[in-house]
Amino acid sequence: MSETLVWSILIPLLGAIVTFWFNPRWVAAIGLAFSLATGSFALWIAYAIGRDGRLLHELGGWGAPLGIDLYADGLSAFMLATNGLVGILISAAAYLYFEPNGDGTGHAQERRAFWPLWLFLWSALNLAYVSSDAFNLYIAVELIGLAGVALIVITGRHDAMVAAMRYLLVALLGSLSYLLGVAMLYGEFHTLDLRLMAELSAEAESSLVLWVSLALISVGLMVKTALFPLHFWLPPAHSSAAAPVSALLSALVVKATFYLLLRLWFGVFSDQMTVTFGQVFGVLATMAIIGGSVQAILQRRLKMMVAYSTVAHIGYLFLLLPLTIPFRGSDTAAWNFDGFSGGIYHLLSHALAKSAMFLAAGIVIMSMGNDRLRNLRGMAHQLPLTTFAFGLAGVSLMGLPPSGGFVAKWFMINAAIESGQWWWAIVLLVGGLLTAVYVFLVLRYAFLPVHPPHFRSPPRRLEFVALTLALLSLVIGFRAVEAFDLLEAGTPFLNAPGGSEGP
Amino acid sequence: MPLSSEIVFALAAIVVFCLGLYGLIAYAHLVRKIMAINIMGSAVFLFFGAIARRNFDEGSDPVPQAMVITGIVVAVAATAFALTLARRIHAITGETQLPEEQSRP
Repeated sequence: MSETLVWSILIPLLGAIVTFWFNPRWVAAIGLAFSLATGSFALWIAYAIGRDGRLLHELGGWGAPLGIDLYADGLSAFMLATNGLVGILISAAAYLYFEPNGDGTGHAQERRAFWPLWLFLWSALNLAYVSSDAFNLYIAVELIGLAGVALIVITGRHDAMVAAMRYLLVALLGSLSYLLGVAMLYGEFHTLDLRLMAELSAEAESSLVLWVSLALISVGLMVKTALFPLHFWLPPAHSSAAAPVSALLSALVVKATFYLLLRLWFGVFSDQMTVTFGQVFGVLATMAIIGGSVQAILQRRLKMMVAYSTVAHIGYLFLLLPLTIPFRGSDTAAWNFDGFSGGIYHLLSHALAKSAMFLAAGIVIMSMGNDRLRNLRGMAHQLPLTTFAFGLAGVSLMGLPPSGGFVAKWFMINAAIESGQWWWAIVLLVGGLLTAVYVFLVLRYAFLPVHPPHFRSPPRRLEFVALTLALLSLVIGFRAVEAFDLLEAGTPFLNAPGGSEGP
Repeated sequence: MPLSSEIVFALAAIVVFCLGLYGLIAYAHLVRKIMAINIMGSAVFLFFGAIARRNFDEGSDPVPQAMVITGIVVAVAATAFALTLARRIHAITGETQLPEEQSRP
């Protein structure tokens, strides 16, 4: 049973190798088949964990501290499932987006490069979600970075190359900083296993080395997650890639390093999670939400706007920190599970909504030639499905009921008020309003009644994929209970103050 | 506390790491940036070496050494990829810098 975790890494890796050798004619079909297998397998693992509880696999039968453990609890299962669901749909979109023209030419280079790299990336993402070893996680982070950068340059455009180079330098800097932090942790605890480290750190006294290592790891992974003010590389990188790649990067890749931060913060560094630490990250998150949204409003190109919106929504994820750490005024000493699950649920709803938006932007470029906002006139008439998908995704990002974004915000605002931190509730509401501004800015142009001069019909099925993603981001609002139950399967808080740790 | 050799190596590693970071930020030429990243990587490997020595009284701890070997493999692959990308940028645009750093050395 526990070998399933190994297969969640091996299936996409096998797919990457197989698709690498196939000629461009068949590569897309085979890649899509492997994507379906990987995604449904991940969803099945998540279901199994929700039913039977956490999974542990000792690689080679060695076991920690000598060997490497694979370990998946509710949080890992949630991330695997998010990846599986969004990954399958983006794979379908990529299949249609990179489809050859009628004469069998066109997009050949993209098709050949996309499928091996994407399956490779998926393998690294799954490795990050099931690994319990700090050095193994470094490998995962590095592979995610390399595969992500390579995916940006497959279009061969020069602005994409420059953006990818900047992203690559930042990614290498981030992972080296993380690795130095891990080296210090190893010096302190003589183990690399996250769960053993968490147990040891609960007994250890807070030392300078731990704080330095916390700083190195936090900054290294924050750079890669693009938390404001370290977000400068994200908008050009995410907006210059091909639309399915932009969707992958914004929906899935930035979330992987965020997940790692959560694992380390609430596991290994739980003693260092003071009220001040939480408030500092709350301030950074607020700057991300306000700054990212204002930048999004100022953009004149659709993809840049959507990319800056990602910067803002990464802010919401980090708002989880002040809302989860027990606050002075609150009467409970335990981690606040409402704030935590609200933040994680935002991760899922943002992944669905943002990939729908990037695919919609890709369809606009495909059929109208470019994505300047003033050229969007007539979009609602010519591309009703795409406009509808963009609007629905916008509803979820704004956090209007009954969308997934609404449920996430509802839980986060509840957590803010219950713990006496009303100021974060205001930030959440202002962020929603600012999101509404840039979504309506696009819709305003879209509904202007002008016939676009050069219009080429996009594949109808591609529009349906974008619409499916947008609809999912809306309807997951009705299915939040199951997701929260899954998160509780093996609490992510190994050293919970107040003690809610079960076996 | 006597200044043991492990502490000296660890401190040297931190200094080299900071030098690499300075190089990455201060120089605009892409090859210099890639070299700076490699210097930072070497600093981390040196730090692992110091830790390997610290944990054991006699001989050294093999786990950090295994990590250094894996780390070197990753660093070589990443460097090769970064250099290829830099060459492509040079071939297409004729530039060896990122556009926002055109005025710097």
